Amino acid sequence: MPEEHDHIVSRFDEDLNQLDNLIAEMGGLAEHQFADAIKALVRRDSELAEQVIVSDKRIDAIEESVDAHTISMLALRQPMADDLRVVITALRIASVIERIGDYSKNIAKRTVAITQAPPVGPSRTISRMGTVVQGMIKTVLDAYLQRDAELARDVRMRDEEVDALHTSLFRELLTYMMEDPRSISAFAHLLFVAKNIERIGDHATNIAEHVHFLVHGSLPEETRPKDDQSSYTVVGGED
Amino acid sequence: MTDAVMNELQTNKSASEQAARDRASHASDAVKRSLKKRYAAEARFRAYGIGAIAIAVCFVAVLFTTIISSGLPAFTETTITLNVELKEDVIDPAGTRDPQTLVTANYRKIVFDTLLTEFPDVSGRRDRRELTAILSPGASFKVQQMVTADPSLIGRTVTIDLPVAADFDLYKKGVIHKGTDEADRRVSDKQMAWFDALEERGVITSSFNTTFFTNADSREPELAGIWGATMGSLFTMLVTLLLSFPVGVSAAVYLEEFAPKNRLTQIIEVNINNLAAVPSIVFGLLGLAVFINFFGLPRSAPLVGGMVLALMTLPTIIIAGRAALKAVPPSIREAALGLGASRMQVVTHHVLPLAMPGIMTGTIIGMAQALGETAPLLMIGMVAFIVDIPGSITDPATVLPVQVYLWADSPERAFVARTSAAIMVLLTFLIFMNALAVVLRKKFERRW
Amino acid sequence: MGEIDMSNSVQPKAPLAADVTAGRKTKFHTRGVQVFYGEKQALFDVDLDIYENEVTALIGPSGCGKSTYLRTLNRMNDTIDICSVKGTIELDGTDIYSNAIDVVHLRARVGMVFQKPNPFPKSIYENIAYGPRIHGIATGKEEIDRIVEESLIKASLWNEVKDRLEEPGTGLSGGQQQRLCIARAIAVQPEVILMDEPCSALDPIATARIEELIDELRDNFTIVIVTHSMQQAARVSQRTAFFHMGDLVEVGETGKIFTTPKDQRTQDYITGRFG
Repeated sequence: MPEEHDHIVSRFDEDLNQLDNLIAEMGGLAEHQFADAIKALVRRDSELAEQVIVSDKRIDAIEESVDAHTISMLALRQPMADDLRVVITALRIASVIERIGDYSKNIAKRTVAITQAPPVGPSRTISRMGTVVQGMIKTVLDAYLQRDAELARDVRMRDEEVDALHTSLFRELLTYMMEDPRSISAFAHLLFVAKNIERIGDHATNIAEHVHFLVHGSLPEETRPKDDQSSYTVVGGED
Repeated sequence: MTDAVMNELQTNKSASEQAARDRASHASDAVKRSLKKRYAAEARFRAYGIGAIAIAVCFVAVLFTTIISSGLPAFTETTITLNVELKEDVIDPAGTRDPQTLVTANYRKIVFDTLLTEFPDVSGRRDRRELTAILSPGASFKVQQMVTADPSLIGRTVTIDLPVAADFDLYKKGVIHKGTDEADRRVSDKQMAWFDALEERGVITSSFNTTFFTNADSREPELAGIWGATMGSLFTMLVTLLLSFPVGVSAAVYLEEFAPKNRLTQIIEVNINNLAAVPSIVFGLLGLAVFINFFGLPRSAPLVGGMVLALMTLPTIIIAGRAALKAVPPSIREAALGLGASRMQVVTHHVLPLAMPGIMTGTIIGMAQALGETAPLLMIGMVAFIVDIPGSITDPATVLPVQVYLWADSPERAFVARTSAAIMVLLTFLIFMNALAVVLRKKFERRW
Repeated sequence: MGEIDMSNSVQPKAPLAADVTAGRKTKFHTRGVQVFYGEKQALFDVDLDIYENEVTALIGPSGCGKSTYLRTLNRMNDTIDICSVKGTIELDGTDIYSNAIDVVHLRARVGMVFQKPNPFPKSIYENIAYGPRIHGIATGKEEIDRIVEESLIKASLWNEVKDRLEEPGTGLSGGQQQRLCIARAIAVQPEVILMDEPCSALDPIATARIEELIDELRDNFTIVIVTHSMQQAARVSQRTAFFHMGDLVEVGETGKIFTTPKDQRTQDYITGRFG
C-alpha cells in the first residue's frame, strides 16, 4: 500500500490497528493450531490433538471480538473508501479463519479416532500437504497485514499444488482401502482429514482474494487454477 | 502484562494525575486570590460611574431649576378690568363709521380717561402721566381692535381686561418692591399707592399669559410673545427637512449601495465626515455670501435659514443613513439578489425599509440640533426685530433660539422671565423631538 | 452511502441506482473556469458538467473554491467588485457571461439557497410572493395565493404554516426558515437550485428533512449542493465533485467516489486523513 498519512483523528488509526492485531492474533493461533493438528496426526499424539480441540475456543472468542469491533467501527466511524474495505475485509477474513480453525479441530478429532487404530497410511503425503497449506496460511496472513496483493496472488497460485496433492492422496487412500479393508475406518477418517486440509487451502485462497479486494477495490480478474480432480476420481474398476 | 508492569503503569498514571490536580488547584488558588482585587476594582469602577452620573444629573437639575424658577413668572400676566366708555365723540365724531377713522382714532385718550375716572382727584400733568403709565400701550391697541371688529360698540361702556405695563406686572409679582430706594426703582411710591388701591378694589387680576403664546415680539415686554419665533422656527424646519431629507437619504443610499469603492468615493466620505465638524457659523457665512448676495434671496427669510441649516444637517443625515444602511445584514441583500431582484429593487424593497428607523432617528436628531442653532442664522440676518408673525417662507422671521438671544440681550427687567420662559418652550420642543426619535426607533426596530 | 459490491466472486456488477448519468441532458457546461479575487486566483481551470434533474455535490476542504464555483453559476460573484471570472460557463448552451443573458433573468432561472436561512423580515406569505411579483410571473391575489400554496407544499412546509401565513418569516424555527427559503426559491419556478451548505446551521432532524426534500425536488429541478459533510454528499447526491485548493481533483458518480476514488487526494480527504 502506498505510504499512508495518518488519520487526523488518531483514535481511528488506533481502532484500525486494533483490528489488525486481532486478525494477526487469530491468524497466528489458527496457523499454530493447524500445525499442531498435522503434527498430532503424523506422530499419532492424541494428547496434542486434545489440546488442539480445546484451543479452538480461543479462535472463536477472537472472532466475536472482531465482529463486535467492526460493527462498532462501522457505526461510529462511518469509514469510507479504503478504510471501509479494511473493515469489511477484516470481518470476512475473521470468519474464514474461524472456519479454518474449525477444520483444524475436526482434523484433531479424527486424529484421536485414528490413534486408537493401528498405524496406517500415507503419512508423508499428508505431512507434505500440511506443510504447503501451513505455508499458504502464513503467507496469506502476512500479505493481509502488509496489504500486499502480489503476495496474496502467489498464495492463490499455490493452491494448485494442494489440489494436486489432494487428488493423489485421494487415489492413494482408495488404493490402501482396497488393499486393507480391515483398516477402512482409519482410512475413512484420513479421507476426511485430506479433504479438510484441502478445504483449508481453499480458504487460504479466499483470504487471498479478500486481500486483493482490500488493496484494489475489486476481486482478482483471472480465475484461479483449480486442479482438484478428486471429485472425478474413481479407483479400481477401470485398471 | 505482568503485575509489576501494571503497578508501574498505575503509579505513573496516578502520579501524572496528581500533578494535573496540583496544577489545577494552584491555578484555582491564584484565581481565588485575585478575586478580591477584581471585585474591589469593579466596585470602584461602578462607584466612578455612579458618581459621574450623579454629577451630570446634578448639573441638569440645577439647570432646569434655574430656568424653570426664573421662567415661571412669565406664564402669568396682570390685567386691569375697567369699564371703558367708548365715547363716540372721541372715536368717531363724524359718525361715519369709516374704517379708516376707526383705526386711527385716539384710543389712548379713551383708556386714559377711563383710568383717570377711577382716580378723580389726580390732577396735574405729571401725576396724570404717572397714573396712566400703569396701562400698557397694548391697552389702547386692544380697544382699537375691539372697536374696528365691532363698530356697534361705539357709544357703549364695555368691561374690558386691559393689559398692565410691564413694570407694574413686575411690581405685582414682587420683583419690584418697596424695599429699594425710590430713586432706584422704575415704579414710584405714588404709583405703588394707586396700584394698591386698584388692587383693593379688586380690578387687578393675574391670569394665564396667553399673550405670550399668541403674540410676536414687541418692545413692550408685557406684549412680547413667542408665536412669531415659533412660526419662524416651524417654517425654517420645514424648509430644512424638505431639502436635507431627500438629498441626504439619496446620497447615503448611493454612497453605500452603488458607489464603486475607489479613491473618489473615499475622498467624498472623508469630506462628508469633516463637514459634520465644521463650525456652524461658517455655514452662515456661506449662506450670506451665496444665497443672499449672489442669488439675491430675501434676508431674514426662513427660506434662506432653512437652506443654511439644511447644509448643516446634511452630513448628519448622510452619516446616520449610511450607518443604518450598513447595519442591514448582507444576507438580506444576497437573498433578494439571488431571487433575481435588480439592485434598485433590492435597495427600495428591502434595504431602505429596514434602514428607515435608523435614518429617521438620525434625521430627527439632526432636526433637533438644527432647531437649536443660532450662529448661522445670525449671519443671514434672522436676528432682526420682527413684530409680524411670518405667513410664508419668504417673510422675514426669526427663530426661537435667536428670540431667546434677543430677549436676553435686552436691558428691560421684564424680559428676564420671558427669556427663561422662551428657553423652556425651546427645551420642550427639543425633548419632545428626541423622545419621538426614541419612540420611533423602539417601535420600528425589527429583528432579522 | 453509495452502493458497495459485496459479492465474493467476479460477477457482472449489479446495476446501481437507476440514475446513471449516461443519457442525462447537460444543464451546465463549464470549461476552463478561472476566478480571481483581485490578484489572488481562487479557481484554476475547472471543467465540470452538471446534468439535469440530478443532485451534484461539491465537496472539499475549507477554502477550496467550491462555493466560489457555485456562485459563478448564477453570477452572484458579480456583486463582489474585485472578483473576475474567466472561462466558459454555459446554461443550456448559452454562455451566461455574455451580453445575451440578462443577470436578473438568469437568477430567476437559477435560484439560490444560502447557508444561514435568510427569510425577509416580512410575513411568510410575502416572503414567497415577492419573487413571482417582481418577475411578473403572477399577478392578482388568486394567482399569487396559488403559487404560495404550491411552493409551500413542495417545500414540505405547508401543513405547518398554512394557518399563520401572515406571521413573520423570522419567527419560524431554523429548519422551517430554511424550508421557507427553499419555497421562496421554488416560487420563481427556476430550472436549477444552487444550495450553499444549506444544512450547516440546522440540527440533525431538520437536516434530514431538508435532505428528503432535496431528493423529492430532484424530479423537477437540477440541484447543485455545496456541503462540508461528506456523509451528506454521499446520502443526497448522484454525482460528486471534489475540489482542492482551487482545482477540481475528481468528479464522478457518488457511489464510486466514496468507495473507490481514483485520486489519492480524494481518498485522503474522504477518509479524514487531511484537510
